[in-house]
Amino acid sequence: MTTVVAYVDQDGGTPRPAGLEALGAAHATGAETVAIVAGLGAADAAATLGGNGAARVVVLTGTETYSPDRLSADIAGVVRAESAQAFVTSSTSLGRDVAPRVAAHLDSTLFSDCTSFSLDGETFTMVRPWMAGKLIATLKSTAPVCCVTLRRNNFQPVETDGTAAVSETAASADMLALLKEIGAAAGGKLDVSDAPVVVSGGRGLKDADGFKIIEQLADAFGNAAIGASRAVVDAGWRPHAEQVGQTGKTVSPQLYIAVGISGAIQHLAGMKTSKVIVAINKDADAPIFKVADYGIVGDAFEVVPKLAEAIKAAVAAS
Amino acid sequence: MNIVACIKRVPMTETQAKVTADGQSLDTSGVEYMTSFYDEIAVEEAVKTKEKLGGEVTVLTIGPSDATKQIRECLAKGSDKGIILTDDAWALRDCRSTAKALAAKVQELGGEVVFAGRQATDRDNASVGPMLATYLGWACVTDVIELELEADKGVAKRESEAGVETYEFSLPAVITCQKDLNEPRYAGLKGIMAAKKKPVEEVPAAEEASQAEVVRVELPPARKEGRVVGEGPDAVEALMTALQTEAKVL
Repeated sequence: MTTVVAYVDQDGGTPRPAGLEALGAAHATGAETVAIVAGLGAADAAATLGGNGAARVVVLTGTETYSPDRLSADIAGVVRAESAQAFVTSSTSLGRDVAPRVAAHLDSTLFSDCTSFSLDGETFTMVRPWMAGKLIATLKSTAPVCCVTLRRNNFQPVETDGTAAVSETAASADMLALLKEIGAAAGGKLDVSDAPVVVSGGRGLKDADGFKIIEQLADAFGNAAIGASRAVVDAGWRPHAEQVGQTGKTVSPQLYIAVGISGAIQHLAGMKTSKVIVAINKDADAPIFKVADYGIVGDAFEVVPKLAEAIKAAVAAS
Repeated sequence: MNIVACIKRVPMTETQAKVTADGQSLDTSGVEYMTSFYDEIAVEEAVKTKEKLGGEVTVLTIGPSDATKQIRECLAKGSDKGIILTDDAWALRDCRSTAKALAAKVQELGGEVVFAGRQATDRDNASVGPMLATYLGWACVTDVIELELEADKGVAKRESEAGVETYEFSLPAVITCQKDLNEPRYAGLKGIMAAKKKPVEEVPAAEEASQAEVVRVELPPARKEGRVVGEGPDAVEALMTALQTEAKVL
């Protein structure tokens, strides 16, 4: 019997969508799926996971304080105790931080940010982007434990009608780094890697003030995050957290709107897997139009406010 | 303080990727290389740490002898010596084998703090730093945007979906660097001249079988041809129709 352990991130008793994606991906392999939850409210979250593909759930108790090295060691302990063949979690900032350490504890390599994860017989096969998506690699694991992080928005949560048996494991004591506090995210806005809609601006907006029209358009959607090209981040108009591209974030939202972005190869690599791409640019020859599904050639300051109005009306009508 | 900065020589971010005839890897013909973007931030933080706390910065990499060029660039910006763990098949290494080889060398050097980029811009694994820390049994904070280091401990901030997280840790530690941490300096002529005299050592990297077997490497599927729906603000209506009825994303 093949067993896959999934770390399911939860917040105050509610599993995070990214956590359910990881659990869904583990369940979809057909293997027996064991979920791990930790932190405040873990027991409440554990009680629900039988409905999302978990056959069993392990609650790490005593994890009210957070230490990434301790969590990693404890997850590795559960993977060993379960004699699991694979470990998965979502490629969130926590997953990216913890999964490599879990892998090292298991003396296994890590397959990061995978867009596909499958099991055939006893072989796990992953697909993941290289060079921010300029290349797509299909890889087979020969590791003792196949350790994987999964790209957000690429895997579906599942609904099952089972009840998972819940057990508890006490967290270990050693902590090398300790989380002291979490401050508010910049602006408290949606993260560009998570949002279903991304409205991005580039140098065509002329200055930092020009981003007001980007903010208006994002606000009109209600569920949009703001993105930025490297040029405007380097110029200090926008924070790096919003940068899309090879030295920023790779995004694949349902809708990506690029405003005043010419479409350098490094930027295209970061957004080319978006479902629908819209480009608004006054230069009809801009490379961004080569990847866009729909384009408008025109002045952003004339087009975007009108588009924001139309979106607002459409959202209000729906 | 004994400071180590880990770097990787990667294809320039401008590289237009092509696949080799056997469909197994990046076609490197005509590809030019650079120090991975985030690793430059790691080197800068290492030098800033030396300037504050004293000590020596060793720049460490795994790669071909050609990585000497990237090492010298780092030495020109204030690092003291370079080490290349040579491996001509470096592109085939997985993160585990890289982390293990680096860990062994860091231990041998007696490193007290290691800086690395948050990820290399070729494979984007974002794994070697925290794996290295785990093999060493050290603390690690990843994606760091703000750092206060003292002789035996530190405070680091990292960005997450939840907000800005503040961590306290004791040394030794591995710090992986995010863009906002600093602004890498430029190498002056004096630095470039001095770098020529600084030692760069080459030692073969420990061999370790990869646990990631390449099945195939391919270009991403081309997007289907799009269209310009119109010019100027009058085109907004056509765009809305397309988004609502054709793409069905609204």
